[in-house]
Order: sequence, then C-alpha cells, then structure tokens
Amino acid sequence: MMDPFLDTGALARLLAAGEATSRDLTRAALHRAEALSHLAAFLHLDPEGAMDSAAESDRRRSRGEARGPLDGVPVALKDNLVTRGLPTTCASRILAGWIPPYDGTAVSRLKAAGAVVLGKTNLDEFAMGSSTENSAFGPTRNPWDTGRVPGGSSGGSVAAVAAGIVPLALGSETGGSVRQPAALCGVLGLKPTYGRISRSGLVAFASSLDQIGPISRDVEGMAWVLGAIAGPDPLDSTSAPAAVPDYAAGLDAGVAGLRVGLPREYFAEGLDPATRARVETVAEALRDAGATLVDVSLPSSPLGIAAYYVIAPAEASSNLARFDGVRYGPRARDPVDLEDLYVRTRSEGFGDEVKRRIVLGTFVLSAGYQEAYYLKAMAVRRAISADFEAAFSRVDVLLTPTTPGPAFPIGERAGDPLAMYLSDVYTVSVNLAGLPGISVPAGLVDGLPVGAQLIGRAFEEATLLRVAAALERAMPWRDLRPDVAGGGGAA
Amino acid sequence: MSAVEYEVVIGLEVHAQLLTESKAFCACANRYGDPPNTHVCPVCLGLPGSLPVLNAGAVERAVRAALAFGCEVHRESVFARKNYFYPDLPKGYQISQYERPLATGGAVPIEVQGEVRAVRLTRIHMEEDAGKNLHGADGLSRVDFNRAGTPLVEIVSEPDMRSAEEAMAYLRSLRQVLRWLDVCDGNMEEGSLRCDINVSIRPRGESRLGTRAEVKNVNSIRFVGKTIQFEVERQAALLARGEGVRQETRTFDSAKGETVFMRAKEKADDYRYFPEPDLPPLRLEEAFVGRVAETVRELPLAMARRLQEELGLSPYDAGVLTAERDVAAFFSAAVQAAGPARAKKVANWMMGEVLRRLNEEGRPLSEAKMTPPLLAELVVLADGGQVTGPAAKRVFDEVWKGGERPEAVLDRLGLRPVSDDAAIDAAIRAAFARHPEELARLRGGEEKLLGFFMGQAMRETRGKGDPKTLNARIRALLAGD
Repeated sequence: MMDPFLDTGALARLLAAGEATSRDLTRAALHRAEALSHLAAFLHLDPEGAMDSAAESDRRRSRGEARGPLDGVPVALKDNLVTRGLPTTCASRILAGWIPPYDGTAVSRLKAAGAVVLGKTNLDEFAMGSSTENSAFGPTRNPWDTGRVPGGSSGGSVAAVAAGIVPLALGSETGGSVRQPAALCGVLGLKPTYGRISRSGLVAFASSLDQIGPISRDVEGMAWVLGAIAGPDPLDSTSAPAAVPDYAAGLDAGVAGLRVGLPREYFAEGLDPATRARVETVAEALRDAGATLVDVSLPSSPLGIAAYYVIAPAEASSNLARFDGVRYGPRARDPVDLEDLYVRTRSEGFGDEVKRRIVLGTFVLSAGYQEAYYLKAMAVRRAISADFEAAFSRVDVLLTPTTPGPAFPIGERAGDPLAMYLSDVYTVSVNLAGLPGISVPAGLVDGLPVGAQLIGRAFEEATLLRVAAALERAMPWRDLRPDVAGGGGAA
Repeated sequence: MSAVEYEVVIGLEVHAQLLTESKAFCACANRYGDPPNTHVCPVCLGLPGSLPVLNAGAVERAVRAALAFGCEVHRESVFARKNYFYPDLPKGYQISQYERPLATGGAVPIEVQGEVRAVRLTRIHMEEDAGKNLHGADGLSRVDFNRAGTPLVEIVSEPDMRSAEEAMAYLRSLRQVLRWLDVCDGNMEEGSLRCDINVSIRPRGESRLGTRAEVKNVNSIRFVGKTIQFEVERQAALLARGEGVRQETRTFDSAKGETVFMRAKEKADDYRYFPEPDLPPLRLEEAFVGRVAETVRELPLAMARRLQEELGLSPYDAGVLTAERDVAAFFSAAVQAAGPARAKKVANWMMGEVLRRLNEEGRPLSEAKMTPPLLAELVVLADGGQVTGPAAKRVFDEVWKGGERPEAVLDRLGLRPVSDDAAIDAAIRAAFARHPEELARLRGGEEKLLGFFMGQAMRETRGKGDPKTLNARIRALLAGD
C-alpha cells in the first residue's frame, strides 16, 4: 500500500513516471477520507466527480497532454470556496441546500491545472473562529490528538493535509485562518499578499482582509499551487496586476546573506516558553544556513487584535446581509411580515459567533460610534503597516511564532471569545497590512506541533518559499506524522 | 389664505439610469421591459462569493453629465456601501458614493418667463439601482432583478428653487441635457429618470429654512408641479393652525393629486456607510476626462442662443430646434448642406413639415426616410425657383414616403416648373377664355384680378408654372392684345 503521507512533489513524480495513476491516488484518498471520517475534516466528499476528474487526468497523461505537476493530484477545498455543482455551505445552516452555479477563480484555475477536487472541508462558520468548533456541522479534530482542536478557521483543509488524506488543500485567511491551523497541525500554510489570488468565489467574511491560502506538506507543492492560482483576475477589482513568477524556480537558492528580523513584541509575555524554544531553533537553523538575525520592533502590533476585531466584524456585518432567505438558502416558515422573515431566517440560520460579530460590526459602523471605533481601528491599521514598512527597510523577512502555543483541547475556549481571539495574536497584523506570511512546522511541544511564521514584503512570496525550502532541508518535517489511527502521538 | 405670505424653497434629488450596454458592476444587459430575471448573474443577484467590477462606460457617462453641468470632477472618488435590508436589494447594501462623490458643484441653467438663471448643484455621484418588488394579486410578492445593478447617477441640487415653475424648468433642463448627451433616455414613466423633491416653506423675508418634507419618486414633470403646489398648501395650513411641519417622507398619489405620508424621519435608517472594500478608489486620468470633455461641446441652451445670433432664428424656433439633439443635429446638417443663408427656410420646413409629421406618426427622427441632404436639396430647389411652392409640398411627400431624391421626384412626376413662354401663354389664354367677364374687368383696370388670373393659369399648369414667368406673360399678353 502507498504511503499516505507522500507529498505533492513525490506524487507528481510517481504520476510522471507512470508508477501511479490519478485514479489510484484519488481512490486511496477517498478511502482514507472515509476511514478518518471521525476527524470530520470534510463536509462533503465528491467521489463520483473526483473519480471522473482523475480518469480525465489519466487520459490526458496517456496522450502526453498532462498539464503540469498538479495534473491528477487530489486536493481538498475549504467549504467557503464556491464550487459549481457542489454544495458550498460555509459550515452554516443558512446556506443549506445551496448549489452554486459557478466556480470561483482559484477553484477553476486549480481545476485547469488538472488537480482533482476530492471534496469540501469543514471550517468555523463563515470562517469566523480559530478552532473549527464554530461549525454548524460539528468540530474538526486535530489528527495529532483528537481531543484537541486543529485550529481554524481552515481546520478541515489543514486536518485533511496533516492526516495524509490529500497532499494539498486550499483554505482562506482573514486573520490567520490558514497559518494558525497549519502551525497546530504541523504542515505548511501560506497567506499570500492581499490581491495576489483572486477573491472571486471566496465567500466574503471581511473583504479587505480575506485571501485564499494554500496548505501543503512540501514547499515545492506550495510553489506549484500558488503559481497555478495566483495572478490578476478581471472578476476581482482588488486582484493585483503584478506578474506571477515561477515560484518553484528559486527554491534551492538558500538564505546566505538574508537578513531575518525577530520582532521583539512577538517574543514577549503570553508566549509559551517551549513554543518559543522551537521558534528559536528555527532562527538558529537559518543563521546556520548563512542568514543574519536582526532584532527589530513592531510597536503597534499589540494593537492588532483590537483593530482586527473592529474592522473584520464591520465588514462582515455588511457582507453577511445578503443571507436573507429571499434568493437562496432556507427561509423561515410562514413569516407574518418582512421583518419577521428577516429576523427568524437569520436567527435560525446563523450560529452564535456569527451573530456576535454581526452585532459587533453593526455597532461599530453605527452613526455616532463609527469615529470612536471603525475610524480609529483604520488608523491603527495604517500604523501597523508603517511599522512593517520601517522593519522591511532593515530586514528581508521577519520570523515570529505562528501561535502562542500548541493546540488546545476542544471546548476549552469555546465559552471565552477573548481567549479564542488571542489565538491569532501573531497572525492578524499580517492581514491588516496585506503582507504575505507563511507558517512552517517548527517541531513538537509535548507531542503537538507548533509553527514558525515568516513574513515578507508585499508580493515577495518567492522569498518566503525560498526560506521555507531552506528550512525544509535543514530541519526536515516529512517525518512529523500524526498517528491518526491511534488518535495521538508522534512517529 | 392666511395673512402671512410664504416663500417656498425646493431642492431636487434626481436619479438617472445611465444608457450603458451592460450593468454597473457586471456584464448583464442593461435593458428595460424584458421578462423578469432574464438579465441576472451571480454578481447582480448577490450570490455568495461574487464581486463587483466597475463598468467603464458608466463612469464615462457620469463624467459627461458632470462636465456638462460644470461640476468639479474629482480625480479620485470612493465607492461606499449603503446598508439596509429590502428584498429588491440583493446584497443587503447598495454600492453608492458617500463622503467622496464623483463630482461636486456645478449648476443647471433654467429659463423661466424669459429669464435665464442657474440652479446650483451640490453633487453628482454614481450608484446602482435595486431590483423591483412585484406584488401579485395572489398575495405573493416576487422580485425581478433585471434592474438590479443598473448604473445610476444621483444629481442633488441646492435648495435653490422658489416655485413649482422653477422646479419644473429645472427638471426639463436637466432631462434635456441628459438626453442630449446620451447619458439617460429621460423616460420618467419607465423610471429611467426619477425625482425626489424636498419642499419647505418659510415666511417671506425669513432667511432660515423651514422644516422640509421629502416627496419620493415623482414620475412626471407635471406631477412635480402638482406635488409642490399641494405641499405648499398643506404646509401653510399646518402653520396656520399653529402645528409645525414635521420632517417626514411622503409619496405623491397621482390619482388624488395629493402627497401621502410614508414615514417619519425619526424612524430613518442608519445606513452605516463605509468605504466599499471590493472596489478600489475610482481614479480618473486627465486624458480620460479630456476625451469625455470632447463629447460635451455645445449644450442645448447655448446652441439655441447661437442659432438666434448666427442664423437669425426666433427664440421660439431656436428652442424647438434644440429641444432634442437628433433634431438639432438634423437641422444643423441640413443648414450646412443648404447654406446658412437658407437657414430660416430650412427651419420652416423642419417646424412645418418634419416635426409635425413625426409627431403625427409618433415616430422618432432616426426612423425617418427624410435626411438632411434630401431636405437641403429640396430647399435649394425651391429657393432657386426650380420647384414651385405647391409642387414642393408634393415633392416633400414623396421624399418623406420613399426617401427618393427631390430631383428624381421632380422628373418622375413631371413637376419641373413650366417656364417656356409657349406653354405659359397657352395656360394663360385658356384661363382668359374660361373667364371672359373677369378678363374684361381686368382690362377695365381692376388690377386685383391679376392675382385671380395668376391662380387660374397656375391651375392650368397643374401648379408647375413659374410664378415670375406667369406674371410677366399675363402682363405681356394683356399689353400685346
């Protein structure tokens, strides 16, 4: 039997050599998804569609028309990515039964590259959460310890990659929803520069922060998938016109001479000492590979969470207004009037965290409060961007922990929104500034993975991937494998 | 009426649908009157994951309107979301502009009782239209989203108008310019031009504004006048009774000719405007604004003035000929072909025949077979005496029906004026022979019978006789007899 933990690069080579077919890989992935259904990584599997795509891929390959390294590779998609003909629920009751009539741009580009969509993965409802517990369909479990959360909100996609179901997946970020779970599950998670990947077909949470992000076990696969889906899109006016480089080309270039900044504020109070030690190991690995470590400061970063929890809910309160029961999704039965239709449809359709953020966002945008909250938060956002700009005049990348500590037990923070929000303390500033960030596995703390975050200048994803590749060589994480069958422990 | 004399203060907010091929933020056709929900897509239905992309054609038309009214066109403006719930609003917010509109300032020229003055504009901003709720006889409400996402400009005036006449003149002038520039078709009945009226009254001499009522969606220029008249009386009666005017939103009931209470202002929504994160700020390049300015050269009022000064037309004729751009363009082209010296004659044909017939037939000028060169040819022929007055009407008829060249019509129908002396003499002799008594009186010195014989002889030529030749030959035959 094939090793389920083979990464994208290994699978691409098997396919190219004719040692495996896409149908083999897809069938194995579907079996594994079924066998690991207790993780609740997937909300919908599409066995028929996946096997059809795999068969098409195999036919292309046999004609010598394979479309590139991703052709035939099974992938998973977070269920807030719109997929033609496949349910897209955002893990919310309010989208129950909705079958989209179109594919989002990233999805159609991934399909055009030949990737085989296995199914849609679980998330916090509308991507609002840091643990994937806020799903209307139940929580996803961390493959390293099924009593713990996988992080979130892209917990389903990350768990599917970490558990060896698929080598690649797409998630989405608003404040760390790819990097944070990637860190907590021991895989790579990238948040590209705002505008790098079209948001067309990504169900909006906070439009000025949202960005699709790939999750991968290997850097090469990450480079391929980013190259396949990045680039300007006429359907998204905020997509950047910048050209897309060949991300896989410079991965071996090393880090000699690279200046790596360690922002003081990210190694301060609140950081678990063992996690800190793992991130310091990563810093040493980079230094050993020829990089220079530089002490830097990002003084506004501590305000990031506060600003984020004003701006993101403000935009969300508007973005989620369209879920009114008029055009799609379930509608409250027998409304007495229009207001009753709205109130009951939305009260029944949305979960608590979504309601909390809609109320918060409505409040901060209200006349009389907008200046005190929304406008002030926007000012903090500009200050955070200015901090990064200053830092990047001295260094090429920044290195920080991705999270304050390893995955926490399911239910531990569910009743304490503020504690939950602090899970993203190291990731939100990157979204506020629109910069690229990647979480790379940094090893284990008490048998649980933690991550190190690299932050780059806008549109310098290639630099982040080059550094990640150097780390992949220096401290290989391929051997970090959860014992999913046993429900915990490391190999 | 009460002893206090009131002054009315009026400001208008006009929504104009832009004449674009496609909608404001998607590629769906911008078309009125098709079956419900046939021009819809993920964007204008507000499906999850869809994003707006601004239609450059809509920007072009909005800028054209702003330049026409002399507004300051801002090189950077910002779209904002206006948040409220309604079934015809697919996204739960309308994409509009709020703090930073496309244009500010400017003015609309109006003419009331011969006086030209300017009504100042506050702003012009871009936004999208909503769909339409249809309330069925079956008690069910349905929504048609064909209109959702139609590009609009909202044109907001200062409270500069002081009478119903001025408000009507403002709307007429605004509509004329928007139609003139192909910005909006101005069809108020179909809702492509809609008008909200803010009306207040105050004692004459008072400088503070009174409390205003806003009357929504008045759908004809006549109703604008009626709305204001009704509001002035209603508000004056309230003040006379010692009750204040409440700030409220009302609607005009055209059947009763009255405005009706809709909602009080205290219950007004908080729209929670904030910058639309899905659209970057709208930046206009100088070259673009310059190109649009090229298309806004001469507006109707200016052209009417020029027609009076350069061509000597009457104010009335100049006004009629510049009411619509296609008419003005037809007239200009015909004058150019016929020569400016014949401008008045061209104008007479335009007013007397072209516009009258279009009106009778209820057709637009674009469908007429008559073209400016054909009309010019006819005017030149008539002016040069190559066709007589009565025959010219017949030629016009033929050209109007078939688009044939006037010269060709003359030949086909044998309508060339008869000016050779033999034929004319024969016609005159025939007339003399038929009316011996009148001939005798003419010979007896009754000069007015000359006209009688002109007419009779002309009839003998079936209208083709050249009047000058006829006149000369009658005299010659009388003298030579």
